[in-house]
Amino acid sequence: MAGSMLEVRDLRIHFQTDDGTVRAVDGVSFSLDRGRTLGIVGESGSGKSVTSMGIMGLHHGTNAEITGEILLDGENLVAANPGRVRELRGSKMAMIFQDPLSSLHPYYTVGAQIIEAYRVHNDVSKQAARQHAIDLLGRVGIPTPKTRVDDYPHQFSGGMRQRAMIAMALSCDPELLIADEPTTALDVTVQAQILDLINDLQSEFGSAVIMITHDLGVVAELADDILVMYAGRVAEYGSAADIFGRPDHPYTWGLLASMPRMDRARITRLVPIPGTPPSLIKVPSGCPFHPRCRYTHLTGGRCDTEVPPLREAGTPGHAAACHLTAEQRRQQWDALQAGKVPGEAEEPVSQGPVSQGPVSQGRAEA
Amino acid sequence: MIFFIIRRLVLAVFLLILVSMITFAIFFLVPRLAGQTAYQLAAQYVGRSPTPSEILAVEHKLGLNDPLYLQYGRYLKGIVAGIHYNNGTDVSYCPFPCFGYSFRNQQPVWPQLISDAPVTLSLALGAAVLWLIGGVSIGVLSALRRGSFFDRFSMGVALAGVSLPVFFTGLVSLELFSYKWSIFPNVHYVSITSNPLLWARNLVLPWITLAFLYAALYARLTRAGMLETMGEDYIRTARAKGLPERKVVIKHGLRAALTPIVTIFGLDLGLLLGGAILTESTFSMPGLGQFTILAIQNQDLPEILGVVMIASFFIVIANVIVDILYAVVDPRVRY
Repeated sequence: MAGSMLEVRDLRIHFQTDDGTVRAVDGVSFSLDRGRTLGIVGESGSGKSVTSMGIMGLHHGTNAEITGEILLDGENLVAANPGRVRELRGSKMAMIFQDPLSSLHPYYTVGAQIIEAYRVHNDVSKQAARQHAIDLLGRVGIPTPKTRVDDYPHQFSGGMRQRAMIAMALSCDPELLIADEPTTALDVTVQAQILDLINDLQSEFGSAVIMITHDLGVVAELADDILVMYAGRVAEYGSAADIFGRPDHPYTWGLLASMPRMDRARITRLVPIPGTPPSLIKVPSGCPFHPRCRYTHLTGGRCDTEVPPLREAGTPGHAAACHLTAEQRRQQWDALQAGKVPGEAEEPVSQGPVSQGPVSQGRAEA
Repeated sequence: MIFFIIRRLVLAVFLLILVSMITFAIFFLVPRLAGQTAYQLAAQYVGRSPTPSEILAVEHKLGLNDPLYLQYGRYLKGIVAGIHYNNGTDVSYCPFPCFGYSFRNQQPVWPQLISDAPVTLSLALGAAVLWLIGGVSIGVLSALRRGSFFDRFSMGVALAGVSLPVFFTGLVSLELFSYKWSIFPNVHYVSITSNPLLWARNLVLPWITLAFLYAALYARLTRAGMLETMGEDYIRTARAKGLPERKVVIKHGLRAALTPIVTIFGLDLGLLLGGAILTESTFSMPGLGQFTILAIQNQDLPEILGVVMIASFFIVIANVIVDILYAVVDPRVRY
């Protein structure tokens, strides 16, 4: 793992509030190389956005307590002074946000905002920066960028706004691009276009991408590796092929089972995960997922007392934080694939063919 | 943008005509409807203890027996072209622009307004600069250091500022700085053309007094606006670009928070230009506010009518400027 462009080691981001300590991120580790895409998946409040904001240094000035290491090309951003992180922000690492309308300043033209992003880090004339902005807008697929550069965000459509955000993020050729739910606020038809665009630009710029989403379909399309987060911790971490082909954590099973899949017969019932995500102030003892887990009876009562470590089981590089043994995981996943949900009356729900998963062909083995 | 401005200006002209109609109706139609005769009405347009013949002369001069539309037409004509008040023996000329003729002072109202306006203008503009700079910067700092000692202290002072009336703060400052410590002795208005230094020195206390009231209000407004905008997504975007925090605050945060401030600033200033009655009275400054008070005390109706017209003119103009500024500040408004 050494020598990766981005390495996050045991990252913890806590917030002190009047109600207690919010453990938004609690010991997250992962690494990412150039040209690769990492998908971070989890429900709202699982700590995925807080993690990405932490990498960007956007918690500076708040009451966040950050420990652990964020190594960007060997430079520890947690220990670096805020001025240095600010220099890297926007130049070496850039971010795209969820809602492009509220993320663009309503009072400045799209062009002015891209020019501003470019000129903070590059000592160029206004004319040169403007030409750069026009080029970028053209590259992200804005028609007639020469005139559109002087438009205000409210004159753009939702998809075009997100394209403009992407152009802004790419203005300084960042090596790391973090996309925080980039398609959540967009029409379904536009979503695919934006994802394609990010994918194309990644191969063009060769940057590393972190794709944050609660939508497994999005990461299935794009990600090489997937990090599943739950209650601020890593539940499962592995290649996209592993996560979709042979997931090892009951939470990932829950996510997959609750997602409609094109490759299954329509009679397959969607299985929701019972309950709600836990409070990050009072995280459940032991495994944070145990109150919602259907498999706690299999581990001999360890789930609510012992925190399961993140360990590899079976495939190298594929780790899950669960007390189930490798054998139990395999059995339970196969049973689930056959349509058997534990704790529910046995009924023949699914006769549909079970394939390898929704991982799109080209990227599964990437 | 040009069409937007033209439309606003045309609207403003209509608004002014409407204002003149309403003011005219208040002063000439309402008393008649309430049963006053032309003679009784005329009695209010002359000196304190007039003789019946004087009243009759005024009744003729003003044409108070004529139909109302004629009177209104004459009033408008006076404003745009000037007018002769003539009953044969006694001719008084009220030149353009004639905003009425004061029979108490035996002179047209307009020159008096013109001579008093610079006083109010000096007071209002100077105070406006102070309260805008002071209020906005205190508001921004308070918002950025929310909950700090500075925030709580300045918001406490601001609460005092909006609560204390001008005649209290003004008198206290006069007592302390003028009489007791003689820092600004003998405060009285001196015109800027005769002695700019003395003009400024004597205006310091009135400026601060008036600005204190408004700065308090603006500090609270700015603080609330900044707290809101600094939590917006586009602020996060600005930070994610790697902008220095100062630029994030001023160029992205304050710019957005300033829009409602601009609106209310225009209206406040427009209102003040019609006369800062309390401040002018407290510091005995011969401005439009003093003029209004005197006119009301003397029941000099033409003067009151004139000053109402001027004040409403300022407010309408301020509104137009605010509308145009708004479109400049917020591009989404340019329809």
